[in-house]
Amino acid sequence: MKLMVNGREHEVDVEDDMPLLWVLRDELGFTSVKYGCGIAQCGACTVQVDGIAVRSCQLAVGDLDGDVTTIEGLGTPEAMHAVQQAWVDHQVAQCGYCQSGQMMQATSFLVLNGTPSDDQIDAAMSGNLCRCGTYPRIRAAIKTAAAKLQGA
Amino acid sequence: MGRGKTIARRSFLIGSAVVLGGVAFGTYLVKSDPENPLAQNAGAGDAVFNPWVKITGSGITLVTPHTDLGQGVTAMQAMLIAEELDVELDQISTTPGQPAAAYYNTALAAEAVPFRSNDDGFAASAMRETMGAVMKVLGAQVTGGSTSVPDSFDKLRHAGAVARETLKAAASAETGIDAGQLKTERGAVVLPDGTRMDYTTLAAAAARMEPVTDVPLRDPSQWRLIGKSQQRLDTLAKSTGTQVYGIDVKVDGMVHASVRSNPRKGAPMLGFDATAAEGMRGVQKIVALPYGVAVVADNTWRAFRALEEIEIDWDVAPYPAEQSGHWAAVAASFTSERLDKEWRHDGDVDAALDGADVLTAEYRAPYVAHQPLEPLSAVVRVGSDRVDIWAAHQLPRFVQQRVAKRLGIETAQIHLHNQFAGGSFGHRLEFDNIDIAVDVAREVPDTPVKLTFRREEDFAQDYNRQIGMARGRGAHAGGKVTVLDLDIATVSASRSQSKRLGAPVPGPDTQIPAGAWNMRYAIPDLRVRAYAVPELAPTSSWRSVGASTAGFFAESFLDELIHAAGADPMEERLRLVDDDDARGVLEAVAEMSDWGGPLEAGKGRGVALVTSFGVPTAEVVEVTATDAGIRIDRVWVAAEVGRVVDPVTFENVVAGGVIWGLGHAMNSEITYSDGRAVQDNFHMGEGMRLHQCPVIKVRGLENGVTVRGVGEPPVPPAAPALANAIFAATGTRLREMPFFRTVDFV
Repeated sequence: MKLMVNGREHEVDVEDDMPLLWVLRDELGFTSVKYGCGIAQCGACTVQVDGIAVRSCQLAVGDLDGDVTTIEGLGTPEAMHAVQQAWVDHQVAQCGYCQSGQMMQATSFLVLNGTPSDDQIDAAMSGNLCRCGTYPRIRAAIKTAAAKLQGA
Repeated sequence: MGRGKTIARRSFLIGSAVVLGGVAFGTYLVKSDPENPLAQNAGAGDAVFNPWVKITGSGITLVTPHTDLGQGVTAMQAMLIAEELDVELDQISTTPGQPAAAYYNTALAAEAVPFRSNDDGFAASAMRETMGAVMKVLGAQVTGGSTSVPDSFDKLRHAGAVARETLKAAASAETGIDAGQLKTERGAVVLPDGTRMDYTTLAAAAARMEPVTDVPLRDPSQWRLIGKSQQRLDTLAKSTGTQVYGIDVKVDGMVHASVRSNPRKGAPMLGFDATAAEGMRGVQKIVALPYGVAVVADNTWRAFRALEEIEIDWDVAPYPAEQSGHWAAVAASFTSERLDKEWRHDGDVDAALDGADVLTAEYRAPYVAHQPLEPLSAVVRVGSDRVDIWAAHQLPRFVQQRVAKRLGIETAQIHLHNQFAGGSFGHRLEFDNIDIAVDVAREVPDTPVKLTFRREEDFAQDYNRQIGMARGRGAHAGGKVTVLDLDIATVSASRSQSKRLGAPVPGPDTQIPAGAWNMRYAIPDLRVRAYAVPELAPTSSWRSVGASTAGFFAESFLDELIHAAGADPMEERLRLVDDDDARGVLEAVAEMSDWGGPLEAGKGRGVALVTSFGVPTAEVVEVTATDAGIRIDRVWVAAEVGRVVDPVTFENVVAGGVIWGLGHAMNSEITYSDGRAVQDNFHMGEGMRLHQCPVIKVRGLENGVTVRGVGEPPVPPAAPALANAIFAATGTRLREMPFFRTVDFV
């Protein structure tokens, strides 16, 4: 079957019920997409499908209907998205394992709500677990990114 | 030498006491330095000044042997070297290097002795020195015990200074200009006329010279990097999805594997039927193991799915099948037979309590899992003459020695490529992922096997924090706390862990009472006794180890006594505190939080002070009792660390430690039923989520004479400060973690 990832078409020969997570990681080599829990409880595997954040561990690749964006499609170290830049500016990461998923969630959220309140940020981001406890910085980085995106 | 080595191996333990009884290693063994591992692979023109600095014609490489678990030690180690080497962080590359004896930990000894960290007396100093010799002789390359900063602080600055002065000597030899006339900056020696000689161009000349080792360290007033916020070297990669973790490693020809081990941990597998899994797509091999079954496949998910189709017969657990049996074993351990040690007895507690109006209370702390977000994994290739391992581990040389023994080959044939870890919190001090990956990989020789634990397997096989209880008795008089008697009974995580390390330890376990017996208070009659519960389910070091339980017991019960005395929790602690560093952190959080200022209705504040890993840390927690439950609003935390190396990383790690402490106290436990851990994924025990996170204000104090690490010390005060705040807001005293058993949280 064919799927679009970060604007490029890929062909894979896999079972329809293989989760998108494992197609991306083991078949296509996008290891930025993380396995954390396999049951949509941690958000480490978050990617976007047509711009909407989804848990790739729960989406069977046969049910995929849209273009996939991973963190590599959001921006690169040389040309970062405003959300990634905010993550750098606030030095959010400790171990960093959850952060690709956090940024994919935040970017999708900010498209839907460009001027979020504190409570809205909390509601949107509480499905993404961070075991190191970088939550205060995640909140701050989202506010910085929101302001920058509004000004853009 | 032989005798010293044998005794050292048998006696070694992280974070626990070793009674060495006059063991001598011989001056030669202790004084002689391990060989420089960089020398083995150095080319003709490569300058390898010491085990940490390598400069070639093409670049500057700094070796950062402490494992980066997310705490930022790669950047910290590079900073310390760069400070004296006079290179900027954008001019260097880093590598964890090959595990080597030269990277032995010089700071572990301080915490491994049964003395308070502020005890500088002869006996304490002598035993620290002895333990330091043990670490050196063992070549104990260890990341843990909040020791990375204290281990590195002088050593790595010196490594940078030696390289710098040797490069200057090389430039002096080339130019004939006296070294005293030369300056260094931005990776170059600068001649008096301003001509720059890059370190890389001087490397070949420097490689031919004896290193200049008699070099004083710079005065702090000259520091360019230390104490100033830097961008962590891994920030960009971790913000763009380009950081590679152990679980991401790809090796040519690699296959994927996963495992199910007996969920009744430590018991064998009795038999299995893999008929349904054998024909499944992508399944290459089903491996029977003494403790379980592994599947080798061409894709991780296919291995996971095949595992689910295997019927396995498990033996019974070697510990009580039901949780009630675990609690019963703990409760039955407050006996003279189980007394591990009376750690402290000031005054005469029994006499003081005789006839007094005695307050009593009993506390409980459950098993808790580590569960860093990156599941356990390892890539292993067993070749005919070498074994390669790609994994993140806190004890890299122990991994090599263990795998060599398992395979019956030489340690030198084991090559560990240590990786960045997606968290650890103590999880990566254990070896299950390594052992199992080796057992599977030897069944498919020359093929790299990536073993990935399902999250459910990771929960089932975790070595949890010690379970424990405490019984307190105390009294007050005249509005003051006068007597505190605390008996603490926990299983010994240190003994459980050291048994698996093959290094069982004599003497009492310093961790059972850690954070309690060393309380920096002058209470006239004060006793702390530790009781060792016989091993139940296996346990291990969990971020802050013993202090995460004993600190909760001590600071909660003290708070009960203070309230009973009718005193203010902050003022009474400040009256009792008998140490300048501890008083400093209490005063800091009192000032930061405006303690005593007006509070809105429904709010309450609690304070706690716990010293662990030599770091007195005080926290004030403020909560609101809402109709929907307790909401944690704000936390103020101050820690005395002697020196803050990087303020940004310090703030991040301290806040993270507070969140770790609060989140697990609120929400997390492991309980057993049918011999298995009931909690098997993040829907049952996730620690804290973002919506529960308070605003956290952090302050690092730099009054202490010793530089300390801060990965663990913020954890222990969080639980008692929260419990004390909830009492202040609601009148409900929480004596059992997790707190959700007693109160709701918003």
